[in-house]
Amino acid sequence: MPTFVYMTRCDGCGHCVDICPSDIMHIDKTYRRAYNIEPNMCWECYSCVKACPQNAIDMRGYADFAPLGHSVRVQRDEKKGTIAWKIKFRNGTEKNFLSPITTKPWGQYIPKLAEVPPPSKEMRDSQLLYNEPKWIRMDDGGLHTLEAAGLKLKKGVYY
Amino acid sequence: MFAINPFAAISASIPPAAMQGFVLVMVALVVVGTLFDIIHKGSAKYFFDNMGKSKAKGSADVNVVGIAVQTAVVDVLASGEFCNTRRRIAHLLTMYGFIFYVVSTVVLVFSHPTSSAAGFWPQLWWIGGAMVLVGGYWFWFFIRVDVAAEGGAALRVMHADLFVLSLIASVTLGLLWAWLGGFILFALYIVATAILFGGVPWSKFAHMFFKPAAAFEKRVSEANGTHQNLPTLTRDDPKQRERHSMELLKDAPMDMGLGIKREPPRHY
Repeated sequence: MPTFVYMTRCDGCGHCVDICPSDIMHIDKTYRRAYNIEPNMCWECYSCVKACPQNAIDMRGYADFAPLGHSVRVQRDEKKGTIAWKIKFRNGTEKNFLSPITTKPWGQYIPKLAEVPPPSKEMRDSQLLYNEPKWIRMDDGGLHTLEAAGLKLKKGVYY
Repeated sequence: MFAINPFAAISASIPPAAMQGFVLVMVALVVVGTLFDIIHKGSAKYFFDNMGKSKAKGSADVNVVGIAVQTAVVDVLASGEFCNTRRRIAHLLTMYGFIFYVVSTVVLVFSHPTSSAAGFWPQLWWIGGAMVLVGGYWFWFFIRVDVAAEGGAALRVMHADLFVLSLIASVTLGLLWAWLGGFILFALYIVATAILFGGVPWSKFAHMFFKPAAAFEKRVSEANGTHQNLPTLTRDDPKQRERHSMELLKDAPMDMGLGIKREPPRHY
């Protein structure tokens, strides 16, 4: 579902222009508001939707599978480190989701990879990737499975 | 210079009644222009339709008076809707400067049309004008929406600039005329002022009416639970913190910092 801008809410700040990986969010030269110049080329990553401080960008569903009457709205709360989605289906069903977008305060835990010593020959020849097994916690009680964490795999999406 | 009523100096060649008539015509132009704008664009109809829809969908009772006060104090008097601090300061300077400038102009023209000494009103006129110029030129040259990245010339003038440019021109020419005198500057000042107030149906002048209405509507939708259809789940709710999807944020601080707002947008 490509994105579109509510021009009355947009204040032309340019966050969507900066973040769009497809370079299709532009500022209209006459009205000085952002718009999606080519919805066909939209990757549908929703980076602009999430980045917009005025909640001025929404998604437009394709008419064949999301006809009029649906809505997908998102609220990205950077201060709290969460993103919330509200999806309204055409039949009135409403689904709400809340997920993390960071687990640590922004910009304080950037790894200093330049200071890391280069890998030895033994490490290069190993099958393990950088920082394995530390980052998959293999050295902390073996492989972490759902069962080990006391969780069960359930059918479908559940929250 | 700053304590002298500039309109008294010209009252010898232009009768005070003519100046007062011009001010009244400008007021009438704003009223008529705004009404025309509202009818032509259907903005009032849209506003009331939207309010009705929001009310029908809302679940909570709304304290309309409290919200109106909040809107007036935060959104109108303190320009609370701006998320860019520089724009907010520029707007406050221009808005309060314009109010001081217009009110003192009206007082000077109507109450002291021929007397050079007019209390603090001439000083207020100069201060208001200077505030408009600082806010207006700062906005125009440095912080308005950047379309240079679109390949257009940075200082290209277009229809959308009618309000801000006619405002800056009117105040600049007004202050220049009060400082240097001369009929040409006065004539240009009058022309720029007529464009500013006469251009209401085509310019952004009417935003002083529709922006507070939009801010009010936004606050009502937050209070009645519709939130302009935006998601309402947050981490502030302890129940939400217990969700399976929020497991990774269980021990995280409630204030994670600024995120994307740590650096201003640069357009590429």
